[in-house]
Amino acid sequence: MLSNTGNFLLFINIFLSFLIIYNSFKCLKIKNNLIFKNIYQISLLQSTLVLICFFTLTAAFIVSDFSLITVYQNSHSLKPLFYKISGTWGNHEGSLLLWVIILTIFSFLFLIFNKNHSKSYRLYTLIIQNLLILGFLFFIIFNSNPFSSISPIPKEGLGLNPILQDPALAIHPPLLYIGFVGSSIYFSAAMASMISNYFGSLFAQSIKSWVLISWIFQTLGILVGSIWAYYELGWGGFWFWDPVENASLLPWFAMTALLHSLLVLEKRNMLYFWTIILCLMTFTLSVTGTFLVRSGILNSVHTFANDPSRGIYILIFLSLMIFASIYFLFSKYKPTNDLINSNSKETFVLINNWFMMFYLVTVLLGTLYPIFTDAISNNKISVGPPFYNSVIIPVVIVFLFFMAIGPQAKWIKNKFSNLRSTLSILSGAIIINFVIFYFLKSYSLISNLILISSLFLIMSSIFDFFKKSRLSFPRIISHLSFGFLILFIGLNHNFSVEKDFNLKLGEAKKIDNYEFALLDLKLSQENNYKAVVGKLEVNNSNTMKRRILYPEIRIYDNPQTLTYEASIQTSFLGDHYLTMSNIDRSEYYNIKFQHKPLMIWIWISVLLLSFGGFLSLFKNAKNN
Amino acid sequence: MQKIIKSIIVFLFIFVLLVFYNSLNRETNYSTDYLVGNKLTNINLKSFDDNKIYTSEDIQKSRYTLINFWASWCAPCRIEHPYLMQLSKEKNLKILGVNFKDKKINASKFLNELGNPYYYMAKDTTGKQSVNFGIYGIPESILIDNETIVLKKFVGPLNKQNLNDIKEIINSL
Repeated sequence: MLSNTGNFLLFINIFLSFLIIYNSFKCLKIKNNLIFKNIYQISLLQSTLVLICFFTLTAAFIVSDFSLITVYQNSHSLKPLFYKISGTWGNHEGSLLLWVIILTIFSFLFLIFNKNHSKSYRLYTLIIQNLLILGFLFFIIFNSNPFSSISPIPKEGLGLNPILQDPALAIHPPLLYIGFVGSSIYFSAAMASMISNYFGSLFAQSIKSWVLISWIFQTLGILVGSIWAYYELGWGGFWFWDPVENASLLPWFAMTALLHSLLVLEKRNMLYFWTIILCLMTFTLSVTGTFLVRSGILNSVHTFANDPSRGIYILIFLSLMIFASIYFLFSKYKPTNDLINSNSKETFVLINNWFMMFYLVTVLLGTLYPIFTDAISNNKISVGPPFYNSVIIPVVIVFLFFMAIGPQAKWIKNKFSNLRSTLSILSGAIIINFVIFYFLKSYSLISNLILISSLFLIMSSIFDFFKKSRLSFPRIISHLSFGFLILFIGLNHNFSVEKDFNLKLGEAKKIDNYEFALLDLKLSQENNYKAVVGKLEVNNSNTMKRRILYPEIRIYDNPQTLTYEASIQTSFLGDHYLTMSNIDRSEYYNIKFQHKPLMIWIWISVLLLSFGGFLSLFKNAKNN
Repeated sequence: MQKIIKSIIVFLFIFVLLVFYNSLNRETNYSTDYLVGNKLTNINLKSFDDNKIYTSEDIQKSRYTLINFWASWCAPCRIEHPYLMQLSKEKNLKILGVNFKDKKINASKFLNELGNPYYYMAKDTTGKQSVNFGIYGIPESILIDNETIVLKKFVGPLNKQNLNDIKEIINSL
């Protein structure tokens, strides 16, 4: 029943997409600036039906309708309701449906929120967006149908991977998809802009909010993913340069560059083609990331069951997108004579773009290089954190300096009038760094430079805060929080403490200034797993603080899996992070303890970063 | 000039897409099912303790060999360890342990604590050798015969069922 409803709705949606395209072309032939009312109506109907289609699948998950293969493979009747619901998008097929929802809703909203822009531009955007929607709908129906049924109907489902049963992971994909897929709308708009010759600052205004929305969600999505990795994977790290993490970072770099180049296009009517390239690049990178993850070429916790036919489909889709973009770009490209003064805000925005492109190319190369060497020379290599750290970190230092100076520059022509205050801020940053270095702990030269540059950015932003009008607040907040982010990562990296040892019940151990005791072990039975819960006392003789931590070893029933749940005590000064694993045929447990200073501030900085984006969105909406 | 740049860009994209296509069609190094039934060649593993190198010849001495990839920092390795200890008592089977991206002192501590099931001990400090065996996470184990043909591959910690499967294969003569 649910299977038929779902399939029916999918087919209706294909029909509606064709209808929108047909009506849009018909409307384009009429020479006035009005869009047919029925285009709005069909578009609204399309968004509504896609949502209903998605809720149909959610309903199948809630009632555990195992006649659907997707539900059978990814759910279980004993799973908590929350994870039954999040299971809807926790698999390949369901997540594609989420893609289509975002594609259609963004398409509809773009149509209604840009009423003061040219008709042909809006209609072409709608047409291209619907071509994308059609591509995904065909993909869903012919290759990855979440409504495919199975017979005979299994009595029980296979269950969702326990490490994916987590609140952070339930909201991580939707956030990231809004970022990823949200970028489709300015891909379509960029193509439409070239086709309908609608360029310049008007084009910039029409897409600015959409770029901001996708950027905010992409940032939040990456943040939630990192938080999940931090407490669920049990390694105490939050970024591993895993190819799939990189896949989410690539469009983020392009979006960030785009946000900045849009400023120049909006204010000075320059860099039009560069902005177009960034628009096209962002969504292309999003689809490339999806291709790499879903085709199984790359493997990680994110890879759903491998299926090469999926890969072929996305690859064809990607190729069409790339070549259509190149075709329109080359046929419309006109060299422009943008004269930019080397000391002006425009130059600083361009510098931001160069840095973003540098990061993008570095991460892209690191991610794709193993695929290339394998395909060309059959040589399997892996590119890990040392590559990214050694290439990216030194460049971040220079980047932070530019980020601090750039916003103070003026449009068209700038004069360095505030050299004195800049130098005093820099001296302040150096002094603070040396105070930390001297009184707390010594660290490497590169860490010194990272701390100085991030402090410089923070202090410059605060200085700006008191000097500038309220209009610059969003930018100041974003730059300030980025400075804090790098500062806290730097401090966290240099001041983390790690202890690894074995303990048995009732035993105590003293390591440096810490004393650990395993006080108790309890067996607890939960709905879908049982757990061994340890009670560990941690005493710090330096601070005279006593803490009790409760790490768990969980044994999930469906599928049967063992996971280690870290016990984390978070405070504003730092996290105490402890994992416990059993040692077979031994009464000892392996304990990993970490003290990670200022951890929560890393998350808060990223939250603040996206809040800056949100304020900017608010400001932009108010201005328009 | 512009034409040349345009052609280079198009060519670059075609190249990237072709590589993607090619990667799709080849046996991916991650889906290692294809290994079963194939012969492992170029076995070249450094010994854990000395400078000896283990090659196919060493492996051919035993009727069956289980190559087990493990590390002291890997919690699931602790879970499968008792099964390895049980298997080490089988006379038709020798276990080759490949210590993966590990510190020697930690690895030795691990074995002192839990027992040493390995007949041969090799190390792969950089993780590069293991990639040749199609390993992408540990623990993983590969059961091979004396012609170095892969009979079965186990991803993740060995469990009781795996133990029985291995016993059945090696005692099927």
